[in-house]
Formats: sequence, C-alpha cells, structure tokens
Amino acid sequence: MTEFTPVASFLGGTMIGLAAVLLMAVHGRIAGMTGILTGLLPPLAADWAWRAAFIVGAIGAPALIVALAGRSAIAFESSMPALWLVAGGLLVGFGVHFASGCTSGHGVCGLARLSPRSMAATVTFMAATAATVFFVRHVLGGL
Amino acid sequence: MARIALALLAGLVFGAGIAVSGMINPAKVLNFFDLAGSWDPSLAFVMGGALIVTAIGYRVVLQRPKPLLDETFHLPTARRIDLPLVSGAAVFGIGWGITGFCPGGAVPALGLGQPRALIFVTSMLAGIALARFLRGGLAGRARSRTA
Repeated sequence: MTEFTPVASFLGGTMIGLAAVLLMAVHGRIAGMTGILTGLLPPLAADWAWRAAFIVGAIGAPALIVALAGRSAIAFESSMPALWLVAGGLLVGFGVHFASGCTSGHGVCGLARLSPRSMAATVTFMAATAATVFFVRHVLGGL
Repeated sequence: MARIALALLAGLVFGAGIAVSGMINPAKVLNFFDLAGSWDPSLAFVMGGALIVTAIGYRVVLQRPKPLLDETFHLPTARRIDLPLVSGAAVFGIGWGITGFCPGGAVPALGLGQPRALIFVTSMLAGIALARFLRGGLAGRARSRTA
C-alpha cells in the first residue's frame, strides 16, 4: 500500500508543468525525458550542454532534498529483482525511442499542445501499463 | 551561460516535482495502475497539476515569436499516428508496468542513490541506443530499396 497524497501530488505536478513551461519559454524545447536523454547518447547532439544541465538538475533536486530534509523526506519503494529491471529497462528504452517520447514528452507536453500523436501514444502506454500491472499482480501473483 | 543555468533550473524544478509528486516511487506508480488491487489515485493529480500549468503556460509562451534564448521553437513536426508510435508506446507500457519506472521518474531517482534506479536507467539507455541503431539500419535498407 502507498498513501493517497492528492495535495503533494498535485503540487509536484504543477512543478513538473512549471519546468516544462520554463524550458519552452527559454530554450523552445519540449521537456521530454526521452528526447533530452537521446541527445546525450552517441552521436552526441550539437546542443548537448543544455541537455546535460537539465539532467544534472533533475538528478540533483532529489539529492538536495534528501541532503536537507533527510532520507525519509522522499518515499521510494521497490523490491524488483535486477533481472526484471534490466528487462523492463530495455523494453522502456526500446519503446520510448520508437514512440518518440514518454510520460513527460507525450503525457504532459504533448497533451498540453493537444497533439493527436501524443494523445494516441498516451492512451496506448497507459492502457499497456495497466494491463501489464494487472497481469503481473493478479495473474502471475507478482514477480 | 544563461542557457545552461536556466536549463539546470528547469531540471531542478522538474526533479523536485517528480520527487514531491511521488512519481519517483515505483511502488506508488504501480499502485496507480493497479485498479483491481491496492489502487492509489495520486498520480492522476500529478497529471492534472502538470497539464493545467503546461497547457496555460504553453498558450502564453507559444504566442511569442521565439523563445528567450533560441532562434525558434523546436516543436515536433510529425503528424501521422503510425505503427512505430503506437507499438513503441505499447512496448514502453509493458516495461513501465513491470518495473514502475518511466524515464522521467527513473532519472531523478538516481539522485536518491538507489541502485535499482541505476540498473533501470542503464538498461533503458541501452534500449534507446539499440532501437536507434536498428531504426538507422531499417531506414538505410528502405533507402537502398527505393534507390
């Protein structure tokens, strides 16, 4: 069980939105984790510097929160075996590349622009995720 | 320099938002999708908050002729809902459903020093690189067929 946190979740969501608006206002870029990361893989994109800075910030913020407020400030629970993390990671990487985006790029930035491609992608990955969770938890009985 | 500093700021706000919202927690993500079990609807509030701010913010920002520190808005130009988009999204969803990690949640989780996040992100980057390599090969073959 995880606690229902509507206020913190809404607040965190508005921060994600704020970051997306800032990146569009200043750099003219979609705040999609897939697209930003892809430009940092070889062959390195010419505009790698702002991408690297965004990633450093994205990793740095939770590290800062934990440093200031303690480890218990941010809940993180996973008991996933490494083998499944590798398999899931490969599937996610493969999928988001062909889909040209993930939850941040399609689910937030794309939906906010009312992009039909992003709507199709978001409906598809949300449904596939829900079906997978159902299968893993209620058919297989967990991993 | 301002470009780098402001991208860093955007990344910090993004990472803090992922952490505060609970998107950083694989268990919370999986519970959001577990309608038949231990359902936690929190992530609907994450999406709601993010969408309200982004939709309004984009409306204002995209009326400007160009961004503050670039010559043009780099918006996606593809329009077609095609097989790579839909099948890619489905494969992504399977991986997300197995692990509870999506790219935007897993990268900030690295900042918590979580070994599981590191294993996931490394595998995900390998998946992106492999897909890129394969797509390059497929596109190359398609070009040589039409040539």
